[in-house]
Amino acid sequence: MNALDLINYWIAMMLLVTGLYIVIARGNLVKKLVGLSIFQTSVYLIYISPSKIIGGTAPIIAPGVELYSNPLPHVLILTAIVVGVATIALGLALVVRIHEAYGTIEEDEIHAQDQDGE
Amino acid sequence: MIESNLPALQVVLPLVAAPLCVLLRRGSLAWLVTWSATWATAAISIAILLRVLDAGTISYTFGGWEPPWGIEYRVDIVNAFVLVLVSVIGAIIVPYARRSVGAEIRSEQHYLFWAAYLLCLTGLLGVAITGDAFNVFVFLEISSLATYILIACGQDRRALVASYQYLIMGTIGATFIVIGIGLLYLMTGTLNLADMAQRLSTMPLHRPQLAALAFLTVGISLKLALFPLHLWLPNAYAYAPSVSTAFLSATATKVAVYLLLRFSYSVFGQSHVIENISVEAVILALSVAAIFTASLVAIFQDDVKRMFAYSSVAQIGYITLGISLANQNGLTGGIVHMFNHAVAKGAIFMLLGCVALQIGQPLMAQMAGLAKRMPMTAAGLVVGGLSLIGVPGTVGFISKWYLVVAAIEKGWWWLAALVLISSMLAAIYVWRLIEVCYFREPSPELEAAGEAPLSMLIPAWVLVIGCIYFGLDATMTAGTAASAAQSLLEATR
Amino acid sequence: MRGYLVLRVIAKLLIPFILVFGLYVQFHGDFGPGGGFQAGVIVAAAIIFHALIYGLPRTRLVVPEWVVETLVAAGLLLYIAVGIASMLMGGGFLDYSVLMHDPVHGQHRGILLVELGVGISVAGVMLMIFYMFAGRSRTPDSEK
Repeated sequence: MNALDLINYWIAMMLLVTGLYIVIARGNLVKKLVGLSIFQTSVYLIYISPSKIIGGTAPIIAPGVELYSNPLPHVLILTAIVVGVATIALGLALVVRIHEAYGTIEEDEIHAQDQDGE
Repeated sequence: MIESNLPALQVVLPLVAAPLCVLLRRGSLAWLVTWSATWATAAISIAILLRVLDAGTISYTFGGWEPPWGIEYRVDIVNAFVLVLVSVIGAIIVPYARRSVGAEIRSEQHYLFWAAYLLCLTGLLGVAITGDAFNVFVFLEISSLATYILIACGQDRRALVASYQYLIMGTIGATFIVIGIGLLYLMTGTLNLADMAQRLSTMPLHRPQLAALAFLTVGISLKLALFPLHLWLPNAYAYAPSVSTAFLSATATKVAVYLLLRFSYSVFGQSHVIENISVEAVILALSVAAIFTASLVAIFQDDVKRMFAYSSVAQIGYITLGISLANQNGLTGGIVHMFNHAVAKGAIFMLLGCVALQIGQPLMAQMAGLAKRMPMTAAGLVVGGLSLIGVPGTVGFISKWYLVVAAIEKGWWWLAALVLISSMLAAIYVWRLIEVCYFREPSPELEAAGEAPLSMLIPAWVLVIGCIYFGLDATMTAGTAASAAQSLLEATR
Repeated sequence: MRGYLVLRVIAKLLIPFILVFGLYVQFHGDFGPGGGFQAGVIVAAAIIFHALIYGLPRTRLVVPEWVVETLVAAGLLLYIAVGIASMLMGGGFLDYSVLMHDPVHGQHRGILLVELGVGISVAGVMLMIFYMFAGRSRTPDSEK
């Protein structure tokens, strides 16, 4: 099997690991959310790319068309995208509130302030 | 008509009530809506359990699409038990919550709090009831997003950071679960859990199945706070409003445990995957580690709520321990401990909410002399604490009994000994609290405080009495758990 | 924004068309590409556009915050109401076929109403997110 046959999975996995790395390695709360977003997006690719059949069309019955792509993963991922948007919006809202409460969005500075408070 | 639609109503009812709360915009009206919706939901769940006990598995199809193509709600005895647990606790907390929410949350946000509470309940019930893999993820995220809001409502600014951390870790967990479900879908071509299990049983082993099991196990473990993925839990529980803590500690992790049961027993139970890797050995080791580390850390906590949050991590360890034993008694112990821990921890966090109403969130030193000023609250805390230790006559004893018997059946005396030794650790942190509450002079904060209002004490004491009642007469809980365990084990090869 | 006459005139001309396009996407959804999600975002975009040109305070006069909040809840309620109606008419939850005299018409009506609910909710949520973030004043020390 040619390694390039699986290029869609390679790309998805690279994005997945990149996103996860950003979440873990960055101390800035907004950057963490950016990483989280990349991480979630990679999963959309894992779902969408196998469902596309080369030469297949949209699953609407029409004369002369015999090969259809699978619509179900697209619908699932539409839902997952909405969930992702909601998560990021809520995360950013929390970051705004954290900034108002602490005056910073750097994880280590927040941690230091909490240690002082105790 | 109502009877045939019960499984749909179980989820739809709290889901309708949530936007109603937003439309009404008045805190007290929203509370009334929540009150009626949650009690009706609890009644429905009990009706469903009775029907399942009577007539076996219920299947409900959405939109007239037959499974496995359409979304199916499938209730067997395992999730009927979880549904009752979640909705009954959800209902008992609401009357209690009126005063507590009034004191801890700004009044213009009350209706939004109730909307989030109902959405969280909807999500948890949805995860428990659905028979469709992707639907599990959607409901899981509904409940999680609502949970982040419930936690962020806390007065302390650390609640915001705790909620943010939970959001990051919870989303990673949920995304892992989606990856696992996606891989399973690619391998089997179906999303219906029952259909998936059947197709997996006839398939030869492929590596994506192993990957799917791994992703699902890690993702679910993040959600249920299995050691060492529990880091979000202590802060989230410690700084959330009292009502949120009581509700979440009693229900949210239990639903995640149910997911673990569903995937590892029902879906993968007959496949070749389970034979090839020993998930249960990993979970067993992590459970024992959870029980010991979390109990040890709990002993040194100064904040009372945080102490019991760590204790939750340890108690979840007992549940997963039962699951990993994978025999009749072990599984019964794990399932019954879901219920028992929910009742005991729910009671404890509700009573701590009573203390918080009088003096704010208590540190250990501020609890001094609690028994003199708030005798009912202190007595309830003692009963709850004894349940955590597993003293005979309380619910904790029942579950530990099953766990120890299961360990001995397997010939693992060391494990039985470890369970007993770990109970000593629980005894240490509970005794610390009892000593402070009963044998010290009242702290300056408590000097002027009186007993909490009855509207809060009665619901809390309902759970406290539950701790004793179900500890003395376990036929109902342990009996249901035993048949649930049996049905899960039958599905495995 | 007083001076930018061109922007303000163009905005005034464009916004009605964006709204109509949103409605087209909404109601043409069962014959071609479209549907509630897209339509809701387009409608919300029109109002966010208004806010960008005329400023948030004036947009709040046109679409106050309580209206937005009501939209979010009302859309969801409409969606569930369709499900409950189908239950009352003898089918399962969201079984559109029973909504009218024959299943084909029933399916049409069901999906139309459900997508309308989705559209209303999505528009509301998008506006809500925008209002929440745009409406927060900067704290003093972030100005430094």
